[in-house]
Amino acid sequence: MATLLDFRRRIRSVKNTQQITRAMKFVAAARLRRAQEAALAARPFAKELARVLRSTMARIESPQHPLLAKRPEERILALVLAGERGLAGAFNTNILKTAIEFFRSKKGKKIVTIPIGKKGRDTLRKAGFEFAGEYVNVLARVDFGIAREIANLVTELYAKESVDAVYVVFSEFKNVLAPHLAVEKLLPVEAIERGEETQAEAECTQIDYIYEQPEGEILSRLLPRYVETQVLRSMLESSAAEHAARMTAMDAATQNASDVIDALTLHMNKVRQAAITKEIIEIVSGAVGTA
Amino acid sequence: MLPDAIELIVVTPERQLLRETVLEVTIPGLEGELGVLPGHAPLMTELGIGELTYRTAMSSRPTPLSVIRGFAEVLPDRVTVLAETAERAEEIDVSRAEAALARAEKRLASNDTNIDWDRASVALARAVIRIQIVRKYRGAPVATP
Repeated sequence: MATLLDFRRRIRSVKNTQQITRAMKFVAAARLRRAQEAALAARPFAKELARVLRSTMARIESPQHPLLAKRPEERILALVLAGERGLAGAFNTNILKTAIEFFRSKKGKKIVTIPIGKKGRDTLRKAGFEFAGEYVNVLARVDFGIAREIANLVTELYAKESVDAVYVVFSEFKNVLAPHLAVEKLLPVEAIERGEETQAEAECTQIDYIYEQPEGEILSRLLPRYVETQVLRSMLESSAAEHAARMTAMDAATQNASDVIDALTLHMNKVRQAAITKEIIEIVSGAVGTA
Repeated sequence: MLPDAIELIVVTPERQLLRETVLEVTIPGLEGELGVLPGHAPLMTELGIGELTYRTAMSSRPTPLSVIRGFAEVLPDRVTVLAETAERAEEIDVSRAEAALARAEKRLASNDTNIDWDRASVALARAVIRIQIVRKYRGAPVATP
């Protein structure tokens, strides 16, 4: 039977674990706020760029650019954004499951991946996927420089016709409870999302601009920027989703630890009570015996 | 009817730097500076590396921003600047810019054929414009090597 000392030890150990999970929860909450702010701050640029690109494309009769060229999808490149660390609930499992399901749906095609985030790299490597590059320790503090580097690599592979399509598999941050697992086509650039657009903005796309440089030239500069912002967006979203998942998981763990401590304390008190009762009975019966 | 003010929006991939109603704005276009007043014809241009200045109804002096590459869209009542990098004068780190300048100069002066000439000259232009803006508008003494 467990003695009082055993209970005390176990309670102390659970308490220590709880302190760690609680601290991790607060850290994740703080990082989540920062990640959310960054994602929010990046939105105006993406929106304005999409608008400018749309109006430029509308002006050109048949836009020609390597990044717009459609080819039959034989070789597929996928950017897989998973987490950098574990202890985030089902975050990594879910996104990697989505990625592997997606690869399965493209059966018979050649699949090349670029994992972003340590957890994704480890799992994909174990599963034996071919890498065209890998980026780890980049999601903790998402930086536009890295997004650009990744975008450059991807556009280069596409322009060289090494791959026929590029997809991004990432967790889109919708709310704190559960991310939306998304698979989006990055290249070739297809219809550009319209987003919420007012009547006035819609009319703007029809305006006859004076172009300081030839339209085609502007287009060829705009398209890579567009790819960069898409990569940046998915990184920011994924990073926010990872912190949200970790926060939720650690909150649940802290709660569980509380429950365990309560149950153990109750048990310990019962054992203590039983010991005291037993002792009293012994003393009493001893006294009765001598009387 | 002509509008009497312009809405100036400056965004970079990482943030929205500015959204303000201004009376005039000068844009560092790739092919030279562009002065824009309210009612300008719709125009689209690439940006070079330079100084963007704007004047609001409140200020007598124009306010500068360093702008490094990107695009600008001009409409009669609105100017949208999509810059790769943009900073206010007070945000510029002078010592960093000076270090970058020295580094770029050294690289360009060397006879090494392996250097990325384009990259070094862009770095040079970037550092020069940053230092120039700080000197002009902050009035702080800047040590010259």
